[in-house]
Amino acid sequence: MTDAAVSPGMGLNQTASKSAPLTTADGKPLKAALRKANGRARRNALLLVAPLFVFLLFTYTIPIVQMMARSVMNPEVANNLPNTSAAIGDWDGEGLPSEEVFAAMAQDLKNGGRSTIGRVAARLNTDMPGLRSTMMGAMRDADEFQAPFKEALLADDDDWGDPRLWTLIKRETRTITPAYYLRALDYEYDQAGEIVPRPENLQVYRSIFWQTAWMSGLITILTILMGYPVAHLLATLPLKRANLLMILVLLPFWTSLLVRTSAWIVLLQQEGVVNNFLVFFQIVDDNDRMRLIYNRIGTIIAMTHILLPFMILPLYSVMKTIPPSLTRAARSMGATPLRAHLTVYMPLTIPGLAAGVLLVFILAIGYYITPALVGGEGGIFISNLIADRMTGSLSQLRLALALATILLVGVLVLYWLFNRLVGVERLKFG
Amino acid sequence: MLKQLALTAAASAMAITAATAQDSLTIVSWGGAYSESQLKAYDEPYTEKTGVQILHEDKSNQALAGIRSQVEAGNVTWDVVDMLQSDAQRACDEGLLVEIEFDEWLAPAPDGTPASEDFIEGTTGDCFVPQILYATMFAYNTNAFPDGGPKTIADVWDLEKFPGTRSLEKIPQKNLEWALMADGVPADEVYELLATEEGQDRAFAKLDEIKGNVIWWEAGAQPPQLLADGEVTIASAYNGRIFNAQVNEDQPFEIMWDGQMFEVDGWVVPVDNDNLEQIKDYLFFATDTQRLADQAKYIAYAPARESSVPLVGNHEATGVDMKPHMPTSPENFQNAVRFDVEFWADYGDAIEERFNAWLSS
Amino acid sequence: MALPDHATRLERVWHRTYLIICGLIFFFLVAPIIVIIPLSFNATPYFTFTKEMLTFNPDGYSMRWYDDLLSSREWIRSIQNSFFIAITSTIIATTLGTLAALGLSRREMPARAAITAFLISPMIVPLIITAAALFAFYARANLSQTYFSIIMSHVVLGAPFVVITVTAALSGFDNQLIRASQSLGANQVTTFFKVILPLLLPGIIAGGLFAFITSLDEVVVVLFLAGPEQTPMTVRMFSGLREEISPTILALASILVALSIGLLTMMELLRRRTERQRSG
Repeated sequence: MTDAAVSPGMGLNQTASKSAPLTTADGKPLKAALRKANGRARRNALLLVAPLFVFLLFTYTIPIVQMMARSVMNPEVANNLPNTSAAIGDWDGEGLPSEEVFAAMAQDLKNGGRSTIGRVAARLNTDMPGLRSTMMGAMRDADEFQAPFKEALLADDDDWGDPRLWTLIKRETRTITPAYYLRALDYEYDQAGEIVPRPENLQVYRSIFWQTAWMSGLITILTILMGYPVAHLLATLPLKRANLLMILVLLPFWTSLLVRTSAWIVLLQQEGVVNNFLVFFQIVDDNDRMRLIYNRIGTIIAMTHILLPFMILPLYSVMKTIPPSLTRAARSMGATPLRAHLTVYMPLTIPGLAAGVLLVFILAIGYYITPALVGGEGGIFISNLIADRMTGSLSQLRLALALATILLVGVLVLYWLFNRLVGVERLKFG
Repeated sequence: MLKQLALTAAASAMAITAATAQDSLTIVSWGGAYSESQLKAYDEPYTEKTGVQILHEDKSNQALAGIRSQVEAGNVTWDVVDMLQSDAQRACDEGLLVEIEFDEWLAPAPDGTPASEDFIEGTTGDCFVPQILYATMFAYNTNAFPDGGPKTIADVWDLEKFPGTRSLEKIPQKNLEWALMADGVPADEVYELLATEEGQDRAFAKLDEIKGNVIWWEAGAQPPQLLADGEVTIASAYNGRIFNAQVNEDQPFEIMWDGQMFEVDGWVVPVDNDNLEQIKDYLFFATDTQRLADQAKYIAYAPARESSVPLVGNHEATGVDMKPHMPTSPENFQNAVRFDVEFWADYGDAIEERFNAWLSS
Repeated sequence: MALPDHATRLERVWHRTYLIICGLIFFFLVAPIIVIIPLSFNATPYFTFTKEMLTFNPDGYSMRWYDDLLSSREWIRSIQNSFFIAITSTIIATTLGTLAALGLSRREMPARAAITAFLISPMIVPLIITAAALFAFYARANLSQTYFSIIMSHVVLGAPFVVITVTAALSGFDNQLIRASQSLGANQVTTFFKVILPLLLPGIIAGGLFAFITSLDEVVVVLFLAGPEQTPMTVRMFSGLREEISPTILALASILVALSIGLLTMMELLRRRTERQRSG
């Protein structure tokens, strides 16, 4: 702190009872000095935070926002079929467009090179499989097209006579599109431009979102069931013994995620320790070993184990502050132990429970590594699907980014809730 | 602003590459044994001949995303990139690649056949120079079938005659083709049928028959491992991996060549490159008949030029004659199906979605 | 949590059941981690206890997987990479995080809750999103597959832990000490180094340890950003687990378990030191 920040305090003591304008020891008006000191202290505080803040802003937040922005981009048709885009605006959507539009298309196909038409063909193919070849073929023949262009294009490939193709082109002339978000939620546009569910055998994303949510929910419940009694025991034991047992909670917390995941692979696989144990004690038959991994069960067991400390630690830190005298008082007034526990103790643990539940759930829905390693086909999360689509075509990339944005928004809402209910400053480890 | 910041940060790294840009080439490939074979067959002789230094980056697994980012940022540092034909197709569509003038850029065959006619039919692309041809086919562990293993794709589906778990790659590509072949569709009609809704229904219905007996693999190293552990009896796999297990690890594996699906790996050149003359010179050298044949000395993938096929010799490390191990050797090639990148460029996204839905149901 | 003498029989039975349940949960927490260690000495390449191992026959045990690990140049290289990346990023994250925590705990700090929430967000955002965004960002600058990009990314991921632990340490900090120091004539710099820093050191070290383990353990971002040069051990472990799981991975896993036991001990010592300082 600077001198100015210290002296107002002294000035205040000396001049508090006088009615004249308050001044500091060196005669400056106190109000101004205070404001100045306060401003400086604020600036100092901000300056300390600034390096990390700016660092995160530039190497973290902006990259994420930039990436997300790409999920609505749709420049292909407008940029690469300029004549068609201009001409098709007047088409009323009934039957086939006029000769004028076909002529514009023929012109665009002729003007555009391999990469110009390639881009738009790949884009449109996402909504109409097979269209890519139609367009690329027409591009190669474009130099020979003669008026009337409608007949010329239809002779090249009868797909050009499909009104769906033209509706699609008209719709996609806009450069910003929600199409990938619709797709990410298993919806699409129909011929009339209405938003309709996709055919059932192509619906996949909503069910994976749902699976991510319910499996995370189940994992959260399991961590409550296991974490609550343990946290309670740790909070009520004498400190020395509690600290000792705490190590058993902290050891997994400090152990590498990959190590814990490999441990479960070793334990749960068909030739693994658990199955051998069960076979040895003849609980299951040697030829009928249990499939405990590479499916949902594997993901749930491993993730419950990995996330359990995140439930125990916040619960413990709240339970530690509840004086045992409270339950004793309830009992002395005639409550049964169960009643005393349910009505007096449990309500007091709710802040810890809320912190644990939100933390475990938030971390669980973003999981990638563990489901990828032990989830097989059934036990995957939305992150796995996102990672999968990320490396594909431009359309798949944008779809992945739409999925990622939905996931991110979900996480941020939960995080906001966490801040409202618990507060980040309450987060503590160890 | 952000871009500037990042560029400033990159300045030092770029200063180094800029200094050597004139007499060096940056080549991106897959790494491991594959890059090693390219180094021996192409790069070392090229450097010896021209003095041009070759810088290697093993980034082909993210080639599409990498080229896309570089082109968008206007900062292309990769000269030649090794890519799968299907990825090259996508990159070419997106305008990320230079179009190849085959007869102008590349060497003719020793008998004078122009380059564009020397490559095996259907393997070239607008922006893609084929290099090697590899097969995905079924292989089995001979211990599992003492009375003889499966002979046809239909046998793979026959769980009674050939019991045991199968392993397939966790993608729709190739599996749907095989499913139709197992259902009696002739190889040359597979893609025509798959382009229709009914054809896809039929393929998925056929896959349903074995779905309960399949372990899905994701990395090329898995199928040989699964076969060796006895976890599965029949697995789809890359021929190079099985060759490696047979020859270097003495595994009792047998390749079933019936219905092998071959595809191509090759070179592409990202756009906006100021090093084009140098690149052309490299491609002319590295894709000529002898160089492609040389590569087969180091790895069991077949040269993509017809004229290279008779020149394939013995395996450098073990002395094994490589010819019978080539996917293109006549007895292996009888019922081979060319993996159709055009078809998958058209229908891939849609079918992948359906495949994912099918897998998780 | 002893029962009072007047507890009924039902209470005693319940209490015993409760202790057994807790015991089982502790077993669930720790057993999977511990079981790796004996299995890493398995003489056969299987992931289960052989008869020889169960009868404590020395032939059932061997060091071969440790030999494999320590004689493999690739593994050694990747372990070195991991430590290099973790140490460098920890130093940066700890510096930035400590400064930020000092600022955040000032009374005059405006919008404290919002800024804290922002600084902590990398811990919450799904890693696949962070990884993809950072890949696109660094690839555009042609900096993907460099140590620089990986270290910077790990600073992003590690700093929140430092902010949290140092803020927690500061919340128990007695501001009187600063005034005392200043009233005795020390200037700001002296006060910081002679009074604040020594008292905060346990919190800073704890934060640093968290940042260190976060970087050492991180897989997703390095899967996107690391090239063959920078491959850290987690990437090798991940592809090993995915492709061909070999007991060599268990040897490394056991070493990592030992490392986490070491770190845990350090944390415990730091905690005790803080408690002594606070109470004394």
